[in-house]
This record gives sequence, C-alpha cells and structure tokens, in this order.
Amino acid sequence: MSNATQPTAEPDERVKEISAFRKALIRPELGGIVGTVAVFTFFLLFAADSGMFTSQGVMNWSVVSAQFVIIAVGACLLMIAGEFDLSVGSMIGFAGMMIAIFSVSYGWPVWAAILTTFVLCVAIGAVNGLIVVRTGLPSFIVTLAFLFILRGFTIFLPQTIERKTIIGGVTDVAEGDWLAPVFGGKIFKGFFTWLGENGLIETFERGTNTGKPVVDGIPMLIVWAILLIVFGHVLLTKTKFGNWIFASGGDAEAARNSGVPVSKVKILMFMFTAFCATVFAVCQVMEFGSAGADRGLLKEFEAIIAVVIGGALLTGGYGSVIGAALGALIFGVVQQGLFFAGVESSLFRVFLGVILLGAVILNTYIRRIITGER
Amino acid sequence: MNSKAKKIVMAAAIAAMPVLAASAASAEGERYVLVSHAPDSDSWWNTIKNGIALAGEQMGVEVEYRNPPTGDLADMARIIDQAAASGPDGIITTLADFDVLKGPISNAVASGIDVIIMNTGTGEQAREVGALMYVGQPEYDAGYAAGQRAKDDGIGSFLCVNHAIQQPTLVERCQGFADGLGIELGESMLDSGVDPAEIKNRVMAYLTANPDTEAVLTLGPVSADPTLLALEENGMAGAIYFGTFDLGEEIVKGIKSGTIKWGIDQQPFLQAYLPVVIMTNYHRYGVLPGNNINSGPGFVTADGLEKIEEFAGEYR
Repeated sequence: MSNATQPTAEPDERVKEISAFRKALIRPELGGIVGTVAVFTFFLLFAADSGMFTSQGVMNWSVVSAQFVIIAVGACLLMIAGEFDLSVGSMIGFAGMMIAIFSVSYGWPVWAAILTTFVLCVAIGAVNGLIVVRTGLPSFIVTLAFLFILRGFTIFLPQTIERKTIIGGVTDVAEGDWLAPVFGGKIFKGFFTWLGENGLIETFERGTNTGKPVVDGIPMLIVWAILLIVFGHVLLTKTKFGNWIFASGGDAEAARNSGVPVSKVKILMFMFTAFCATVFAVCQVMEFGSAGADRGLLKEFEAIIAVVIGGALLTGGYGSVIGAALGALIFGVVQQGLFFAGVESSLFRVFLGVILLGAVILNTYIRRIITGER
Repeated sequence: MNSKAKKIVMAAAIAAMPVLAASAASAEGERYVLVSHAPDSDSWWNTIKNGIALAGEQMGVEVEYRNPPTGDLADMARIIDQAAASGPDGIITTLADFDVLKGPISNAVASGIDVIIMNTGTGEQAREVGALMYVGQPEYDAGYAAGQRAKDDGIGSFLCVNHAIQQPTLVERCQGFADGLGIELGESMLDSGVDPAEIKNRVMAYLTANPDTEAVLTLGPVSADPTLLALEENGMAGAIYFGTFDLGEEIVKGIKSGTIKWGIDQQPFLQAYLPVVIMTNYHRYGVLPGNNINSGPGFVTADGLEKIEEFAGEYR
C-alpha cells in the first residue's frame, strides 16, 4: 500500500495495486484469516441464539480448538521442515497411557510420571526423525509404522498390567502434586467467580454448585495452546533456526550446501511434534482423570488438516504458525458449531471436506504465484 | 483470489442451508439430546436412532443423536459439554467411562438439565452423577447370567471374541461370562478388531490353535457375523456352543438355523425410547418411575422368533 504513492498515470496505478494484492496473497495466514471471518460470520448468522456464544458455549469450542492448536503447531513446524508425522494420534494415546501406568499402576509420584513420559515420548520422536533422516525413507511410511507400533503398545501394556484398557484414578493420585495443575488446572478462577457474582456470565441454578459460574476459569490447555503458538511463531520468524526450518523443507540439498544442519533440524522438529502430542495427552489425562487405549484416534489427520487449512504447503518450505492456529480455530469452531446450528453430525465431514478442498485449491494457487509456474 | 475463497465458503454455507432449515422447522415442544460413545462405524446404534426418532414422533418432542465419530471418549465428554451449552430440556447419555464423563454430566445436571443414563453404566453411577435414572443392561451381570447358563449346558472352556477391546464394558461381558462359568478369563479373550475378514480369520486361527474350545461368545453383530462365517467354513457350525450378545439379522438367522444357541438381547430400542418418553412425561406431568429400568438381559432362543426376526436390526 505504502509504495502506491507515485502520482503517475492510471495504468501504472493498477499494476501497482495488483502487486500489492499479490503481496497480501502470498502471506500464508491469508486463507486462515478469510476462513476464520467466514466461519464466525456463518455461525453468528445461523447459531447466534443456540448457546454457542454463551460463556459455556464459547469455552466449549475454545477448548476443542486449543486441542487442535497444540498438535497443529508441532505438525506445522514439521511440515514446513518438509516432513509429516502420522504417529501423533497414537502418541497421544500412548503418552496418556504411560502417565496412568507410571502413576496409578506403579504408584510413582505424578510429577515423575509426567516428566518420564515427556522424556520417553520425545525420545520416540527422535527415533522417528533419526530413521527418516538416516534411511531417506518417506516420513509418511516411517511414522505410519509408529502409528501402529504405539497404538499396539497402548492397548497391550494396560491389558497386560491391569487387565483393562482404560486406567482411571489419576485424579486421586494427582491430588496435591506440584506439576499436575500446570496441565490440568485452571487459571483466573477468581476473575470468573467475580464475573458470575456480578451476573456477567451464567451461573449454575441448582445443586452444590449453585451460584458458581458455569465457566470457572481458563483451562491450562488453552494457556499451553497460546504458549505454543507464541513459541512456534517466534522460533519460525525471528530466529536463525526458523530460517533453517524453511530451508530444510524448501530444498534440503541446497540448504545442506549452504551449511544448514538439515538432519538436525528435521530430527528436532520430530521431537517437537512428539512434545506437542505429549502436552495434549497430559492435559487430557489430568482433565479427565483416566487414560484410554482409544484416545487420540485419527488426531494425526486432524492436525494435518488444521495445518493445511492454515495455509502451509504439503511439500514443505512454506507456512506459518499463526495460519496453523487459525486453521485449528476454524476446525474447532466448525466441528462444535455445526452442532449448535442443529446440523446432523455426520454432515460435519462434508463441511470439513469442502473447507479442506477450498484451502488446498487456495494453496495451489498461492504456490503458483510464488514459483511462477502456470 | 480473496473472492474465490469467499465463494468457496459461501458455496459451503449455501449447501448447508437446507439442512439448517429442515432441522429448525421441527423446533417445537421439548428438546432432548442423546449422546452415545459409539463410533460411526457401529451399526448396532441404528436401533437406538430408530428408538429416539419414534419416541420423538409419538411424544411430539425434538430429539437429536450425537456421537464421537471415532469413539474417542474424551471427545464424547466435549459433546456432552456442548449439548449442555445448547440448553436442551434433557440429555440422555451413555456412561462409557465414569472418570471421563462424570464431570461433564454432573455439570449438565448442575446447570438445570435433566439427565438419564442409558446403555452403559450402572444405577449406582447414575445416582452419583445426579441423573434421574439408569435404563440399560448391567453388563457384568448379563455376562454372568450367560456364563451360568453355559455352565448348566456343560461348558468348561470358551473363546470370547472382543471387537472393541478398548471399551471396558465389553471386557466386563467376557469377564462376567468367565466368572459365571467359574473359570479364569486368561487368554480366552480375543482382540479381534472390527474388520470382518480379520475377525473371521482370527477366530478360525484361534479355534485351530485351541481345538479343545467348547464355546464361542461374541459381543455383538460386529463380531458375531464374521464368526458365523468362520464356523461355517471350518465346519464347526452347529457343533460348537455359540452364544452372542445383541441381535441382528444374521444372528437371528443363526439362532433359527441352530448355529447360535442363544442371543442376549439388551433391547436397545427400549434404552432409547423409554428415556424420551419418561422425560417428556416428567417435564409435562411431573411423573417419574421410582426405580432404574433393566432393559436386559433377555435370552432369545429359537422359540418365538417370528416377531424378533421381523424387527431385528430395526427395533430389536
């Protein structure tokens, strides 16, 4: 916009406007921003009075979106670095189960269980990355293998140790633990109580919770989502390492020749993806108090969908964390919002498919602008 | 390009409009939401959908069915939150995992929504979360009753084909059956997965490896149908003692032909139908049954199959 100041003839003016327009277009967040506005407009029109925008409703789709954000940030950075991780969903189930087994079955303190699980899962992420980098196999295949390996253990271990596939009781053992509230707690409780007392948000009408606000704080899940967005965004856009990530995914060979430690970057991104999946799992286990063998099913695709809606290219080298976060928001709002709008839940997939297709078409168009191919 | 993206979103919006209009049109009377733990792939829940649809029609209330597409129980907890936020008159839900679901359900009750627990869970758990009542079949008891019946028929060893091993209630059926027989569950439970070809081949492989197996127990049509095929293929159909949970077209045929000894019907139709009727009458006239309702176990054998055959998979 600022460069369109020269007082020249009409045709030049037009050319400049197009170039500015194109400049705006190649921002990876664009699709996400347009989509977010469209989705919110849609639901404000069709579901405004359905409870979707009450405090309880907002919290509902915020939490679901935050879940998508947590895994999408990891998937986004990895995808920009040129790789996929299909084991994210299984990793969520596996990490949750490890915490439950360590803390409930083996009686470890919860903080130790959480930290050990983090170390274990990030190490598995490193193994994923090492195999991909060392063998040169597509990450699609390697992580597909881990999808099954981890899911298998997630069913086998609790079956062997406890003779059941859902291990509960984590809430009881997490009582008084110093680390557990970092994942399962809520913040700003006082503020929400104040809001409730002053009639600014709804309160419970009966039972032991009468008078308490229906939303009593911001879950740590949302805090983690925001922290990961900030971390990922700063890492990607403000640091040398961020450039390395782009370079590794753009053209690994060229990057290597110019001194970028491509293998190291990719392995670290696999570890970061595993870290994100583990954050997701710990938050889930702490909130619900149990780990189940079917947790996280298909979440790997949801992460990838959020990232793709958010404008990252499947081929790597291009994308943004903000875009991925917006993609996750769109995903969460659409998934939960269709219910409020009274749409049959099976049609959610149709909607998601349409949005995904639209996003991919948009991405292809953008790639053509960047690369100049026609 | 901007406009292109908008066009796509608008096209999607327009595509969804008839759906929105259709569902908004029926909005009169009370509104009830049924939440289940079943993944989309589980056809057994079709009967449940028929049950609430018929009850909704007869009572003149609006009913909705919601489920987590992959069967993930944490997702189900969010769906209950969401259902509560939409302010219905009542929520009918399964209690597939007490730890995961007690929070959302208690919160729904606390915000003034009446809840009835159906299908999975127990009367005790229903009371604990503040639900009005429990309508369903206590799974362990049903398995135990089946085990005792098999014991009376002289059975001493069995194979339990479990198609959803991650669901504790299905494990309880196998465990109950083993306890009813008075033997250890041990290695008798087979994690079969849900793919029919895999189930069939695993059952055949198990029976080949364990030729002394005297009975087969399946936990629903998902595992029963392929098991029937497996038994036909290896020639054990009719020779091996075969019992199953739930009914379906193939199971009814199997009972008729004598391949299946009995089917345990928990009457899913009633589990969906009764809560809607009970809640509507409670909300309109303040009447409520004083106890939980056991919709099963009812043993279905070759006697009196006609009506069951007619409605299997639809209302039965």
